[in-house]
Amino acid sequence: MEPDEDLGQIADGIYANGDENTQRHRPIISSEQLDIEAYAALYSGRTKITRLLFIAGRCGNASMQLEALRMAYDEIKKGENTQLFREVVQKIDGSLGTTYGPDPAWADSVDRRAELRKEKLENELNAYRTNLIKESIRMGYNDFGDFYYAHGQLGEAFKNYVRTRDYCTTAKHIIHMCLNAILVSIEMGQFTHVTSYVSKAEQSQDALDVVTVAKLRCAAGLAHLEAKKYKLAARKFLEVGPELGNNYTEVIAPQDVATYGGLCALASFDRAELKSKVIDNINFRNFLELVPEIRELIHDFYTSHYASCLEYLGNLKANLLLDIHLHDHVETLYDQIRNKALIQYTHPFVSVDLNMMANAFKTSVPGLEKELEALITDNQIQARIDSHNKILYARHADQRNATFQRVLQTGKEFDRDVRSMLLRANLLKHEYILRTSRKH
Amino acid sequence: MNLNIDSVESLVTQIQGFSGNLSDINHLHSLLKQSEELLRSQSARLVSSLAELDPSLHSLGYLYILKAILSAPVSKEEANGLLVSIARFINSCSVEQIQLAPEKFIFICKWFKDQVMFLEAPLRGVAPMLTSIRKLQVSSEQLTTLHSDFLLLCVLAKCYKTGMSILEDDISEVDQPRDFFLYCYYGGMICIGQKQFDKALELLHNVVMAPMSTLNAIAVEAYKKYILVSLIHLGQFSTSFPKYTSSVAQRNLKNFALPYLELANSYGNGKISELKTFVRRNMEKFESDNNLGLMKQVVSSMYKRNIQRLTQTYLTLSLRDIAKTVQLSNAKEAEMHVLQMIEDGEIYAAINQKDGMVRFLEDPEQYKTCAMIEHIDSSIKRITALSKKLTSLDELMSCDPMYLAKVGREKHRFDFDSVPQRFNIRDEHN
Repeated sequence: MEPDEDLGQIADGIYANGDENTQRHRPIISSEQLDIEAYAALYSGRTKITRLLFIAGRCGNASMQLEALRMAYDEIKKGENTQLFREVVQKIDGSLGTTYGPDPAWADSVDRRAELRKEKLENELNAYRTNLIKESIRMGYNDFGDFYYAHGQLGEAFKNYVRTRDYCTTAKHIIHMCLNAILVSIEMGQFTHVTSYVSKAEQSQDALDVVTVAKLRCAAGLAHLEAKKYKLAARKFLEVGPELGNNYTEVIAPQDVATYGGLCALASFDRAELKSKVIDNINFRNFLELVPEIRELIHDFYTSHYASCLEYLGNLKANLLLDIHLHDHVETLYDQIRNKALIQYTHPFVSVDLNMMANAFKTSVPGLEKELEALITDNQIQARIDSHNKILYARHADQRNATFQRVLQTGKEFDRDVRSMLLRANLLKHEYILRTSRKH
Repeated sequence: MNLNIDSVESLVTQIQGFSGNLSDINHLHSLLKQSEELLRSQSARLVSSLAELDPSLHSLGYLYILKAILSAPVSKEEANGLLVSIARFINSCSVEQIQLAPEKFIFICKWFKDQVMFLEAPLRGVAPMLTSIRKLQVSSEQLTTLHSDFLLLCVLAKCYKTGMSILEDDISEVDQPRDFFLYCYYGGMICIGQKQFDKALELLHNVVMAPMSTLNAIAVEAYKKYILVSLIHLGQFSTSFPKYTSSVAQRNLKNFALPYLELANSYGNGKISELKTFVRRNMEKFESDNNLGLMKQVVSSMYKRNIQRLTQTYLTLSLRDIAKTVQLSNAKEAEMHVLQMIEDGEIYAAINQKDGMVRFLEDPEQYKTCAMIEHIDSSIKRITALSKKLTSLDELMSCDPMYLAKVGREKHRFDFDSVPQRFNIRDEHN
């Protein structure tokens, strides 16, 4: 290691205002490219394919793209979704050799089988309906939902799943219906449906088992995340029980719970909440163990090692941008976390040297000044910048003066408002007299 | 008593004889009322008889004769001479006497004002009109119909200070909505001229939000100025009306002031370059409304606003950085702006010319001085008085027969269960 860099690191340790043993595990693990194989293994079903396709569309790296497409191709081959199959083949466009070409024989046979199956299902359903056997009709619609889902016709699938609702006889059935509807809605990106079916499922409390509860929490968390309600999202993810395990891989992996929950919590919780709900949360700790980077960065944030925290975040960013649910929110969440860090950093001090602070946040002084300016204007930091000496001074509002000012202001406003009200009353009275005198 | 007077000469003698004590004057008043016909027929000969009367002693008679003269067409040469005598009359007439015939006094003053305007010498009218208002007013809270005429003369003659002396009185008795609208509109313009934006906003607000059954041009023009002054003074403009605004105004005003609303919108974005392009593109619209000057003030207020924002965030900042952040061309220009603002008391700061740094200070007001305590004390007194007035007005209103009749009727209409105890005051009046 070069001496210069060494010095810099020591200085970092000081600027990060930590204790002496800040020289810890520097190397950060997942800064390298996403391991698609391992990533894909976390998921199952349709989401695995869509996630792979999402990565292929976003990564901007030819070999990674092909790798993702290859795995998507293999995965689709296991199912019956010929529509998606053709799309992927078109995307691959022969660049993966003949093994990954458009397999018309396979596609045709699948389509033919689907045709037959559909006919059979229709006949069965009609028979059930003439017989008016509730349970069978429910099963019939459910089968139809499954069928359409497998073939990628999500809208139809959703309709059929929802239709089973009229034939549900027990709370278990209702929950089953809700879970199916939620699954399809998430795939379609219709998160308003997700919220409503989650609350519907949660109404039948006694019929819920722990796994289902965990699933519902995840779904609700996703819906809140999508609606940019990060605080609510964080709460939902933090409530997910450890029973989730690998039971919901068709939607979400436990690693995601840690990532989504951790980042949302960091962006929206205050220090006390962060401590009590995230760091001291035994349930959530299990999830965090799965993604050590997130665990580390939350701890760094809490112990005010902002530089290392931001470094972790920076390294994670590329991979998070490839996440199908998080990609839209990465920037906002990162901004919020950064602002929080800046606010917390300045909070205890009467004055802060901007050079030191810029170092701690790995940024330039003018850049930091701009960020601070925005926060001060937003009234998030009570301080003023001495741009000449590059020092930030805390500013303690003078309550007495502020009160005087406010009182005088209020008095003035009252005075003005009452007078203009009196005038209006006068005009009204005049108009009224005029009208009545005209009438007479 | 024989009140038949058949010649102007004898009338003049009567006036001279009966202008002493109160009962005499009352007698004279009824006499004059009866001789109006005579005066009208003889109007051509009256000018000479004016000379025989003393305006301060024989005010009432003088007033009647003047009115008779002015009711007939007056030639240009005569008008000039009359202007002088009217001005003298207004200055010296006795308050008690003219208040016996206020409508005649108003007539004369209006003629006077029109004549001054016609001669394009508004300055000549300012002082006499001010006196006439003071003499006509029963109390300082009364809005006379002369108020708006006086203020118009002040605006035209650019005598803003004199105009302010009237505006400082709180008006609360209003007879004619039109007088009130014009009073507020011209008053607003005078306050703008004096850079008393606070007061200007209040006056313009009164016009825009006043109860009205049809939209009028005064309100439209006032609304335009209201938008501009809001931007200059408050740095923002909210397009929503308070809920007491008349529905006519709420529905229609915005359509008449579209470029102004766009301006407010563009101002809200806080980008000086955008604002400037907008102004350049819409220059002639504002010019045709005679609002170009205000428009320019809007633009420069944007710089001020941006500099003021800096004082919230910085303790020290170099002039160069100020120029860069608020998009001024160079440090010199920034210095001029900052200097001007310090002078106007809009920011508290000190410029260090040696290294080109500006040091922003806190508001030095500590609310500890005697003057401040006096100010607070007077504010409290003022507000107590205001609340008292409010209470008394409320009481007055709840005893007002017309109000009760209306409320009673409405109550009757909606509330069928209650005892039909109607206030049939309206019927009694018939």
